[in-house]
Amino acid sequence: MGSGKPVRWVVACFFAGAMVAHDDAGAADPAPERAAELVRMVRQDCGSCHGLTLKGGLGPPLLPETLSEKPDESLRQTILHGRPGTPMPPWNAFMNEAEAGWIVRQLKQGFPEETRR
Amino acid sequence: MKRLLALLAALLLAACASPGLRGTGDLGLVIERASGSVLVVDTTARAILGRVEGLGDLSHASAVFSRDGRFAYVFGRDGGLTQVDLLERKIAGRIIQAGNSIGGAISQDGRLVAAQNYQPGGVKVFDAGTLELLADIPAAWDDGKKLSKVVGLADVPGNKFAFALFDAGEIWVADLAEPRQPKLAKFRGAGSQPYDGMVTPDGRYFIAGLFGEDGLALLDLWRPEQGARKILANYGKGQEKLPVFKMPHLRGWTVAGGRAYLPAIGKHEVLVVDTATWQEVGRIPVKGQPVFIMARPDGRQIWVNFAFPDYGQVQVIDTLEQKVVQTLAPGKAVLHMEFTPRGEAVWISARDDNRVVVYDTASFARLAELPAQSPSGIFFTSRAARIGF
Repeated sequence: MGSGKPVRWVVACFFAGAMVAHDDAGAADPAPERAAELVRMVRQDCGSCHGLTLKGGLGPPLLPETLSEKPDESLRQTILHGRPGTPMPPWNAFMNEAEAGWIVRQLKQGFPEETRR
Repeated sequence: MKRLLALLAALLLAACASPGLRGTGDLGLVIERASGSVLVVDTTARAILGRVEGLGDLSHASAVFSRDGRFAYVFGRDGGLTQVDLLERKIAGRIIQAGNSIGGAISQDGRLVAAQNYQPGGVKVFDAGTLELLADIPAAWDDGKKLSKVVGLADVPGNKFAFALFDAGEIWVADLAEPRQPKLAKFRGAGSQPYDGMVTPDGRYFIAGLFGEDGLALLDLWRPEQGARKILANYGKGQEKLPVFKMPHLRGWTVAGGRAYLPAIGKHEVLVVDTATWQEVGRIPVKGQPVFIMARPDGRQIWVNFAFPDYGQVQVIDTLEQKVVQTLAPGKAVLHMEFTPRGEAVWISARDDNRVVVYDTASFARLAELPAQSPSGIFFTSRAARIGF
């Protein structure tokens, strides 16, 4: 383990703690690498219906102003289990509940751009 | 001094003539979806000739070609319609025609370019030379109270365009013999949630794939008075559906040798349909949920790519044997394939590996790899001469 790591862990734990305290339905943020994967999945794979910029396509827009009225929990359930009667599929084979919750929070704040590789 | 001037004049003349004359029959475009740019490519040299930038949001972008093969019309997600000059490799014209767009078509006579839009739902028709708006066709339904998203727009003979209304479950045919006064034929109750459409290569049948129910809607354009009818209505009966992670695409390339090869929605199968009877004659198991099912121009092979999470692979079906004979792994997130005009090679985009891979379709050898930024659609000028492209 490198000398910088314990410090980073402390910082990560501090933020994770703050997150939990702030939003009891949520959990710790995913690790940076996993977060990047989730961002890519949302932009690219969710984007095939909702648009790369999330302004909507066959599926509705996923912008902060279109989601602000919708409860986090129902959005999280939609991501995990899909919406019967619409083309929205369940994504629970590809992410856990905490990760779906994280995606909902990011969507409501304005979803991050992909970091270019 | 005089000699210097003569030399300068000679140099200037040489510079003016230097691009040389060339045709566009072996040119094409690769969409770079995340950066709003397109690559102009040469399928003979298997090379990138240049990049054209400034085309906006190109997620789910597609292109059609002017019939002289010089210009591409690129339809962007953000409603942008951009005319790209393949020879000069620059933007020749660009408009924002809608808020959210999903593709387009060019008319039989090459004079009209039509865009299909989600927002506002409908079709807009433009002069192919000037991009001037000629006709606006809102996809109104529910007694005109709502606008439907439009999918499956295809040019059909008679300077008409056929398309489907996702929300309304209707098929419309717009006759643009007089471009500023389109005549509409509406086929209501065609089927639930059409997700895409295609016209057969002879221009006779318009087919809309249905998401909301099993089967497809078929309209005989030679006998439109018969209306739209359902085909393959029972193909999924009694089976539990898998979730669909990406909508499949339909185009006329799925027809080969009197058979149509169609994606089974939510299943890892290609459906084989006799185009004389429109009855199912077989199913071919494949690796994932098909997105594009494309016949090589001679019809001997069918190439299939897949939805997330199986989109690292491509499979090849031999149409004589009616089974998969080859599985290839071109790269991460294969989004599209395009055959060279006579099909000796196929170009495949691998979005997450930032490359386009060219395969020999007889030996399956990799012929070339070209760098591209998040490449998605690949479109060659040979589309200019085909109905439904």
